[in-house]
Amino acid sequence: MKVTVRVWRQKNAKTPGRFVEYEVADASPDMSFFEMLDVLNERITKQGEEPIAFDSDCREGICGACSCVINGEAHGPEKKVTTCQTYMRSFQDGQVIIVEPFRAKAFPLIKDLVVDRSAFDRIIQAGGFISVNTGSAPEANTVPLPKYHSDLAMDAASCIGCGACVAACKNTSASLFVAAKVSHLNLLPQGKPEKDPRVLGMVQAMDEAGFGSCTVTGSCEAVCPKGIPISFISRMNYDFIAAALKLRVHGRRV
Amino acid sequence: MNSIRKVFGTAVGKKCGMALTGVFLFLFVVGHMVGNLQVFLGQYAINHYAQLLQSNTGVLWSLRICLAAVALTHIYFAITLTLENRAKREVGYEVKELVGASLASRTMFISGSVIFGFIVYHLLHFTTGTTNPEFMTFKDERGWHDVYRMVQTGFSNGWVVAAYVVGVGALGLHLSNGLRAFCQSLGWRFETYASRIDRAAVIVAVVLFVGFAIVPLALFLGGAK
Repeated sequence: MKVTVRVWRQKNAKTPGRFVEYEVADASPDMSFFEMLDVLNERITKQGEEPIAFDSDCREGICGACSCVINGEAHGPEKKVTTCQTYMRSFQDGQVIIVEPFRAKAFPLIKDLVVDRSAFDRIIQAGGFISVNTGSAPEANTVPLPKYHSDLAMDAASCIGCGACVAACKNTSASLFVAAKVSHLNLLPQGKPEKDPRVLGMVQAMDEAGFGSCTVTGSCEAVCPKGIPISFISRMNYDFIAAALKLRVHGRRV
Repeated sequence: MNSIRKVFGTAVGKKCGMALTGVFLFLFVVGHMVGNLQVFLGQYAINHYAQLLQSNTGVLWSLRICLAAVALTHIYFAITLTLENRAKREVGYEVKELVGASLASRTMFISGSVIFGFIVYHLLHFTTGTTNPEFMTFKDERGWHDVYRMVQTGFSNGWVVAAYVVGVGALGLHLSNGLRAFCQSLGWRFETYASRIDRAAVIVAVVLFVGFAIVPLALFLGGAK
C-alpha cells in the first residue's frame, strides 16, 4: 500500500519546526506504524538526510515510550493500543497520515516527534515511598485485601505513563496519569501509611510541572492505551479532599 | 501543603470550588423552576408566590446576596482555570480529533458565558424592569404585583421567547456536564456508578430545560390561560 506521511520535523527546541511530506510506496498492511517509519527512515538516511526522530522501545505496547499524535488522535486511530501496536491496516491506501508530537507546555519538544516527559518522573518522585518489609516473602494471606480493591489497584497499575492523556486533553491535564499512580498505591495495604502525603504531594507536583486541570471531558480515557477510566480521577479527588481536610497528620503538617 | 489557601490553590482544589459553588447555583435553579411552574396554576398562585417572596425582604436579600457571591466565585474560578488551561498548550495540533469528549464538556466556558449574558438580560427584563418599565406597574385586584400579566405580556414577543429558550438551553447543556463534573470533582463518581451518574446528569439537565422552556413557549403559543 502507498501512503503519504506528513510529519512534524523540528531540529531542536530552539529551531522552528514545520511539516514535511514523504511518500511511502512500499508499505505493507501488516507493518506496524513504526516499521513503516523505519522503512522511511532507512530511505531518508540513504539520501543523506537526518532520519525522523521518534521514541520507541519495547514495540509490544507495554513500556510507554512511544508517543505521536496520528491524524489528531494520540497513539492513532485504534482504541486501547499504543503507537507501536498501531498497524498500517488501520489506514487506507493512498491516505495522508499526519504525524505530530505530543503537544503540551509540560512536555517540551526535544526533536521531531520526541518530547521530554520527565515531568511525569517528578510527579512520581513527589509520591514518595511505600513501607514494605524486604527480605523473605510474607506468609500467604497475612495481609487481608478485598478482591475488588486488588482488581482496581491492578487496573490503575496498568498505566504505562505514556502521556497520551495529556496529549489528548484540551487542558493538557495529567489527572488520569496522576490518578492511576495515586490509586494504585492508595488502594493497597502496602501504600496505606503514606496515603495522605502521597496524594497531596503528587497533586501539587502535577501543578508545579505545568499541567492543566481536569474538565471531565473524557478524552484521556478514550485514548488511554490501557483503557484506564476517569473514575480513577474521582478516586484521586476523593483521597485529595480527605487528606486536605486532615491537614495535620500525627501532629505534623503534611 | 499546609493551608486552606494552598489546598484551594491546586487545580484539584479549584475544581472543588467550582463544584461546591456550582451545586449551590444548581439547587437555586431547581427552586426557581418549581416556582415558575406555578404559572400553570393560574394568576392567583404565581402572584401569591411572588408576593410571598417580595414581602420577606430580609430573606429575599440574604438569598440574593448569597447567590451573587456564589455566582461570582463560580465565575472567578471558571475564568482563572480557563486562562490557566489555555496557556498550557503553546503549539496547537494541525488536526485534532475530539475523541471521547462530549460537546457539553468541551464548551463549558461558552455555555457558562451564554448563561451569564442571559441572567443579566433576565434580571433587566423581569426583576428590575429596565427593558420594559411598564412591567413593574402591573397590579392585580389584591394590589399585588401582577407577575402573571407581566410574563404573559413579556412572552408575547417571539424574540424574547427565543432568547429565553436559548438561555435555558445553554443552562441544560452546561448542567448535563456540570452535574457529572460536580460528582467527579468532589470524588463521588466511583466506577460502580459512574455511568449511572452520567445518565442521571443528562436526565436532570433535560428535565430542567423542559421545565424552564415550557413557560415562555406555552405562554407564547397561548397554552396557559
